[in-house]
Amino acid sequence: MSIVASFEIEYLQYLDAAGKLVRDDVPAFARDVRQLVELYKLMTFTRVFDGKAIALQRTGKLGTYASCLGMEAAYVAIGSAMTEDDVFAPFYRDYGAQFYRGVKAREVLMYWGGDERGNNFSGPAHDFAWSVPIATQTLHAAGAALAFKIRKEPRVAVSTVGDGGTSKADFYAAINAAGAMTLPAVFVIINNQYAISTPRSMQTGAKTLAQKGIAAGIESVQVDGNDLIAMRVALEHAIKRARHGHGASLIEAITYRLSDHTTADDARRYRDEKEVKAAWENEPIRRLRAYLAGMNAWSDEDERALQDDCATRVDVEVNAYLETKPQGIAAMFDHTYAELPLDLERQRAAAISTRARQGE
Amino acid sequence: MPQISLIEGVTMALAYEMARDPSVVVLGEDVGLNGGVFRATVGLQQKFGAERVIDTPLDEAMIAGLTVGLAVQGMKPVAEAQFEGFMYPMIDQIASHAARMRTRTRGRLTCPAVFRAPWGGGIHAPEHHSEAIEALFTNIAGLRVVLASSPGRAYGLLLAAIRDPDPVIFFEPKRIYRQYKEEVADDGEALPLDVCFVLREGSDVTLVTWGAQVKETLEAADALAADGVRAEVIDVATLKPLDFDTIHESVRKTHRCVIVHEAPYTGGFGGEIAARLVEHALYDLHAPVERVAGYDVPMPLYQLEMNYLPGSARIVAAAKRALAAG
Repeated sequence: MSIVASFEIEYLQYLDAAGKLVRDDVPAFARDVRQLVELYKLMTFTRVFDGKAIALQRTGKLGTYASCLGMEAAYVAIGSAMTEDDVFAPFYRDYGAQFYRGVKAREVLMYWGGDERGNNFSGPAHDFAWSVPIATQTLHAAGAALAFKIRKEPRVAVSTVGDGGTSKADFYAAINAAGAMTLPAVFVIINNQYAISTPRSMQTGAKTLAQKGIAAGIESVQVDGNDLIAMRVALEHAIKRARHGHGASLIEAITYRLSDHTTADDARRYRDEKEVKAAWENEPIRRLRAYLAGMNAWSDEDERALQDDCATRVDVEVNAYLETKPQGIAAMFDHTYAELPLDLERQRAAAISTRARQGE
Repeated sequence: MPQISLIEGVTMALAYEMARDPSVVVLGEDVGLNGGVFRATVGLQQKFGAERVIDTPLDEAMIAGLTVGLAVQGMKPVAEAQFEGFMYPMIDQIASHAARMRTRTRGRLTCPAVFRAPWGGGIHAPEHHSEAIEALFTNIAGLRVVLASSPGRAYGLLLAAIRDPDPVIFFEPKRIYRQYKEEVADDGEALPLDVCFVLREGSDVTLVTWGAQVKETLEAADALAADGVRAEVIDVATLKPLDFDTIHESVRKTHRCVIVHEAPYTGGFGGEIAARLVEHALYDLHAPVERVAGYDVPMPLYQLEMNYLPGSARIVAAAKRALAAG
């Protein structure tokens, strides 16, 4: 026997859980304190928002909500590494990336509050909306990347998928197509260790999720997803390769879902408190804060001011959401087709007159 | 004017629209160099290049997902499924994304895509190659579902489908792909979607159908004419959204209606038309509505397929029952 091909998966980390550098080759942006502080602020805003959204759900002011607690570094890194012209195809807890791209917190609340207008958001108009069917969005990113390739535009499509999503045929098909067609796409696995109750170990016999990209023929790496610097470096590299015609990449971001799957879930049923406690020791915001403090770029006073500022800004968003007038009944008809077919026009009229007769 | 078959109408429409609109791309398995297994895309790759006539890896769900991504990002993709029986894996992308893209983003994103496939039985094909699955799509809100049944309508309706700003499922009855030719001008004139076509006027009974059964139904009308019965024949063409008014107008005149389709009887789209007749035209009817459909069995392999498909004899018998009643 002889070896016809051999592969390996590299692991990338810059900051350990205590916020200490583990490598010497620190990228320029990580020495730029002002930029790091801005990203730290957005991670914190995302977390404050997340807590508030859960509170709104618990008090009956929001529908089921999917939390992003513990995954803020991975998402903010994605947002910060993309350009506005690039296209983002997210799943449904990707707020940190979307906030960076201009989506408003009130729009996230509108979507989970049962209002489609949340999907008509303020971020780049070409970005995809939240995708709820698992992993289907990875194919949209591949399709978007194919459009860029056909039109010879220097743009990149970035998609996220959970660890559970990597079991789906859509994910395999997307990375396979991206490899076969040399597409400008970047796929980021948010490996938060759980697909609702199913642990990562039950999703696959593969040692890493990153290695799935090897079968697709695309560059694949595993990254500490709680390390903002490592995530940003991996994404910048992958996006640059894609933009210059060198094809797609797969990034497995190792993180942990510190929350329940959604507000309709209770993770205490299926995972050990000790495991969650240990994961809190590893969370992304604390380590970046420690790193910034070590560079004399962040103080307790800065932190107090930031927390107050985030709370105020989130309150503004929450109020805007709560004060948004509900859609009229016609809204569910009016965007089904570019022009309302006669058949639907009649149904629309009937729905409106029924409502009118009920005196509402 | 060229004399062309139905499948040549498909090719001609694709070529016309690709030349007119650079955002139109064709993708699917074997559609490029090979020109498609039925030859629907023959010559297109030579004419428009491999970047616009794209041979994809073999996965229908992937083709559908790429199509959604392309359409949302400003292209006009025409995706081919080699046979309608391989479209089942596409349904998630079509129902969960293509059909609802516009409304769930309140108009911010749209999905102007065509998903086309050879459709139906009657060519002695292997298993899974002869299905009539249109009703799986007519219950998905946000789609258009179109069946071409002549060379001219294949050309005009496919042009309309590609130009339509919303997703269209476009079925081509493979049994009549090459059954006959007719003169069709390659003038880029689209036919209207969302309307039925009255193919033959008559005052005694309305025969409503689509797909390959259009030809069977026209033959049935000829047979009925020999017995002095004047049958009106309607090709529904666009099942969704349904132009019920044209059917209703005909039934107001004939007072009798026979609905013909290949798909299984229960839950077939004939049930929708019959239900609307009951809702809106009950007092115009002088006889119960008749349905001539496939049976509620999986499409048999080819030895028995002609016993499954409706055919003109069953249509004539149903029309005579309708005429004898009331």
